Amino acid sequence: MSDTHVAVIGGGPGGYAAAFYAADLGMRVTLVDREANPGGVCLFRGCIPSKALLHVAKVIGEAEHAPAWGITFGKPEIDLDKLRAFKDGVVSRLTGGLGQLARQRKISHIQGEAAFDGNRKLKVTMTGGKTSTVEFTHAVIATGSRPASVPSLSIDSARVLDSTSALDLPDIPGSLLVVGGGYIGLELGSVYAALGSRVTVVEMTSGLLPGADRDLVALLARRLEKTLHKILLDARVTEMREEKKGVKVTIEGKQLADSDRTQVFDRVLVSVGRKPNSAVPGLDTTKVKVGERGFIEVDPARRTGDPNIYAIGDVVGEPMLAHKASHEARVAVEAIAGQKVAFEPQAIPAVVYTDPEVAWCGLTETEATAQGRHVEIAKFPWAALGRAHAIDRPDGLTKLVIDPGTERILGVGIVGAGAGELIAEGVLAVEMAALAADLKLSIHPHPTLSETLMESAEVFFGHATHVYRPRRK
Amino acid sequence: MSVEFTLPELGENIEKGDVVRVLVSAGDLVKKDQPVLELETDKATIEVPSSLEGTVREVKVKPGDKVKVGQAVLLLDNGSGAAAEKPAPPRSAAVVDIAKARPGRESVADARSADVAVEPPAAPERDDTEPAGNGASVAAAPSVRRFARELGVNIARVSGTGPGGRIGQDDVKAHVKARMKAPGSAPGGPPAPVLPDFSKWGAIERRPMTNIRRKTAEHLSAAWQAPHVTQHDRADVTGLEAFRASNGTRVEKAGAKLTITAILIRVAAVAIERFPQFASSPDMADESIIYKQYVHIGVAVDTPAGLLVPVIRDANKKTITAIAVELAALSEKARDRKLSLDEMAGGVFTITNLGGIGGTSFTPIVNQPEVAILGVSRGATEPVWRDGQFVPRQLLPLSLSYDHRVIDGADAARFLRFVAEALEQPMTMVL
Repeated sequence: MSDTHVAVIGGGPGGYAAAFYAADLGMRVTLVDREANPGGVCLFRGCIPSKALLHVAKVIGEAEHAPAWGITFGKPEIDLDKLRAFKDGVVSRLTGGLGQLARQRKISHIQGEAAFDGNRKLKVTMTGGKTSTVEFTHAVIATGSRPASVPSLSIDSARVLDSTSALDLPDIPGSLLVVGGGYIGLELGSVYAALGSRVTVVEMTSGLLPGADRDLVALLARRLEKTLHKILLDARVTEMREEKKGVKVTIEGKQLADSDRTQVFDRVLVSVGRKPNSAVPGLDTTKVKVGERGFIEVDPARRTGDPNIYAIGDVVGEPMLAHKASHEARVAVEAIAGQKVAFEPQAIPAVVYTDPEVAWCGLTETEATAQGRHVEIAKFPWAALGRAHAIDRPDGLTKLVIDPGTERILGVGIVGAGAGELIAEGVLAVEMAALAADLKLSIHPHPTLSETLMESAEVFFGHATHVYRPRRK
Repeated sequence: MSVEFTLPELGENIEKGDVVRVLVSAGDLVKKDQPVLELETDKATIEVPSSLEGTVREVKVKPGDKVKVGQAVLLLDNGSGAAAEKPAPPRSAAVVDIAKARPGRESVADARSADVAVEPPAAPERDDTEPAGNGASVAAAPSVRRFARELGVNIARVSGTGPGGRIGQDDVKAHVKARMKAPGSAPGGPPAPVLPDFSKWGAIERRPMTNIRRKTAEHLSAAWQAPHVTQHDRADVTGLEAFRASNGTRVEKAGAKLTITAILIRVAAVAIERFPQFASSPDMADESIIYKQYVHIGVAVDTPAGLLVPVIRDANKKTITAIAVELAALSEKARDRKLSLDEMAGGVFTITNLGGIGGTSFTPIVNQPEVAILGVSRGATEPVWRDGQFVPRQLLPLSLSYDHRVIDGADAARFLRFVAEALEQPMTMVL
C-alpha cells in the first residue's frame, strides 16, 4: 500500500472521512482544502453552526411556552456577539479537533486550490500564492456544493443573504423574507424567528419541504404558522430591488393578497437549493465526466470515467447530505484498497432540524405512490404517547411504510420533537430488512419517544396498546 | 510477513479433493482470485482461486496429494494482511468434469417444486457481473450484501429463507453452492458471452430486466438443456368450429368464452391419462421416472409484464365450461399481476396458444421439469383432397415439443394424433 498515494480534494465530511480512512488503511494521503482545518461546508458553514443556533432557538421557544407550566421568564435579552461567539467556538473546536486528527494520521494537508494536470498530478495554488505539485496514484474529488442562486434575484446587496452569510448573524432583522421553503430556508428562518425577526417564507410549490410526505409536513406547518409571520405557497419572487429602507420584493402567486405582492423586507435569505462544485480546474485533462445537471458521473464504487479518480459527496449527486458523503468516502477508499464494494444504501436518512423535527428514511409514501407500488402505512400519533405529553409535545407522528406481502419495513417517517435522533432506528430496520413484527417484538424503553416506532408496528397488526381501533372485518 | 493460504470451503459436502495440477510455483506473484490449484473432488474438478495476494514462497502440495478444507496449500510472502478475509468461491466456470457436475437429487427435487416464476437452478453468472442496481428492494442486511458482492454474487438473485424472504449469509452460500452444481454452470455450458460495445454503432439504452423477464430467461436457459424434439400436425376443426359457434352462448352464460384453448386443455387432459409419460419427470440422479397421478395443466399467458403460466388443476375432472371460466379468471389475474405462486405451481403439461396472433407453426420449449408442451398456431380454411375432390376444411396447426429422454418419437406422434383426432371426432376420446 505504501506506493498508493491518495490525493483528496476537499476537506468536508466526505473528503476528510476519505483522507482519514485511507491513512488508517496505510495509504499515503494528501488533503487539499481552502481552509486551514478540515470540516468543509458542514462544519464551517452548514450542519454544525446551524444546529448550534437551532439549539438556542429551541431554548427561546421553550421559555416562551413555560408560562403554561407555571414558570415565567422575562423577555429574552439577546447578545448577538456572544451568540455568534458561541457558534464560532463550536466550529473552531470541532475543526481544530479534525486538524489534530489529520496530523496524528500524518496526512499532508495543503491549504489551497487544486487543479488537475492529467490523471496523475495536481497543481496546488497554495493560500499565499505559492504553487506545489502533488503526484498521486488515486484521487478523490470531494469538492461539495455551494448555495444555488437565481440569476434574476442576484442583486448586489448586503441585505440579501445566502445560507453562508445568514449563519454569520449580521444582525436580527425586523423582517426577513426566506425564498425557498426547503429545509435550509425553514431551519434558518426558524432561527431568525426565534431571535425576534418577522419571517415570511415564499415557496414555489404547493407545500413546504417538497418531496417529504404531506402528513409529516402538516404537523410542522401547523407550528410554523404560529412561529413564522407568513408562509406564501404557490408563489415566487419575481423581482428584488434594494431601497434605502430595505429590499423591495415583488411576489407573484394566484392566491396572494395584494398586500403580499409588494413588500419591503429588512433582509432576504435566498435558499433555493445547492449546486455541485464540479468545475474543478483541469478536470478536462482527465477522463472524468460531468453529467447534465453538473454532477460528476460515477459508478457504484464511486469511480469516475478515469479509473484512478473517484468522486464522492454533493458533487456526485443527491441527496446532498454530509452522512451520505462520509459513507461514500468509505466505499471509495475501500475500492482504492482493491475491495469489491459499492454504494448501495437502502435508506439514507433525511432530517429537517426545525421544531418539530421531520425525519424520514427508505421508501416514503409519496415515492411509493409515484411508483404505483402498493404499500401499507401504519401511523402512530404522538398524542397517544405518555412521554410526548410529559414534555408537552404531543404534536408528532410516527409512520411505517410496509410491504404488504412480506410485512417488511421499507421506510420510516417521523415528525416530532427529536425525530432526527429517532430515525436512526428506522434506518437500521430498513437496512436489516426488518419486518414489522421485529420492531413490534423489540422492547422499547418506557417512557420514551422511541416507543412510537414499536407502537406504530403494533398499529400495523391492529392492536397497538395506546390506540383503539375497532376490529376490521 | 508470510501467510498460509489454506484450502477454502468448496461447496456442499466437499471436504477434500485430489490435487490434479498446481497452477503456480515458488517465486510466482499471486493475485487475489487467481486460480492456484486444480482439484478433483467427488463432485467435480474445480479450480481453486487464492483469497490472498503475495509471492509464493513454498508450494505445500503436489499432484496426487489429497488435501482437506483448511489444509495449508501455499506459503505466501507479503500477503497483504488479508489472512482473515473470507475465501473467494471456487470458480464454477472452471469446472471441467461434465458428468459429475450434473445436478444431484436435491436440485431436481427443488426444480420440481419450482415453476416459471420461482427461481430455477441458477443460470450461469459471470463472477464479475456488477450486481444489478435495484438494491432498494433487496431484503438483506448491509453485511450480507457486501458478503455477496465479495463472492461475485448478484444479491438480487439469491432467494432468502428468513422471515419475509430475508437473505442471510447462509442463503448466499447456498446460492453459490447451487450455482456450482447447476447444469448451466457445468463445464462446456457456454459462458455468458461478453457483449460488444453496441454504442459504437449508434445510440443504445440499457434497461434493467424485470423480475419476470430475468426468471423467464433463467428458467428457459435451464429448460433448454433437455433434449427437445418438436412434432407438427394439423387437426381438422371444421366440425369443432361449428360446435363452438352453436354452443358459445351456453358457455358465455357461465361467464366465459368457449375458446379453443379451453377445449384443448380438456383434450390434453384425456390424452395425458392415455399416455402417462407425458406427465412424467425423469430423475437422472435416481435413475427413475416420476409419474404424476394428477393432471394439472399450465397455460402460457402473455401479459404486459411478461410470460406467466397459471395452472388449471385436475383438468381431467372438469367440464370444458368450468375450464373456460377458470381460465378466463386466471388470465385476468395474470394480466393484473395478481397470480399467487401457488396458482402457477404444480403443472404437469403446458399449452401455449399463439393462434390469436398468427403463424403456421413454432417450436415451443418444454417447461421443465415438465416433459412436453403443446403449441397452437393460427387455424385456417384450406383445400383438402377428399373423395376425389377438394373440399374447404378448417385446419388447426399443432406443435408438440417433448423431452426425448422420456418420450420416444412414435409416442409423441401417437399423442399428437390422438389430440388431433379428438378435435375432429370427440367420440374417439371415449372410445
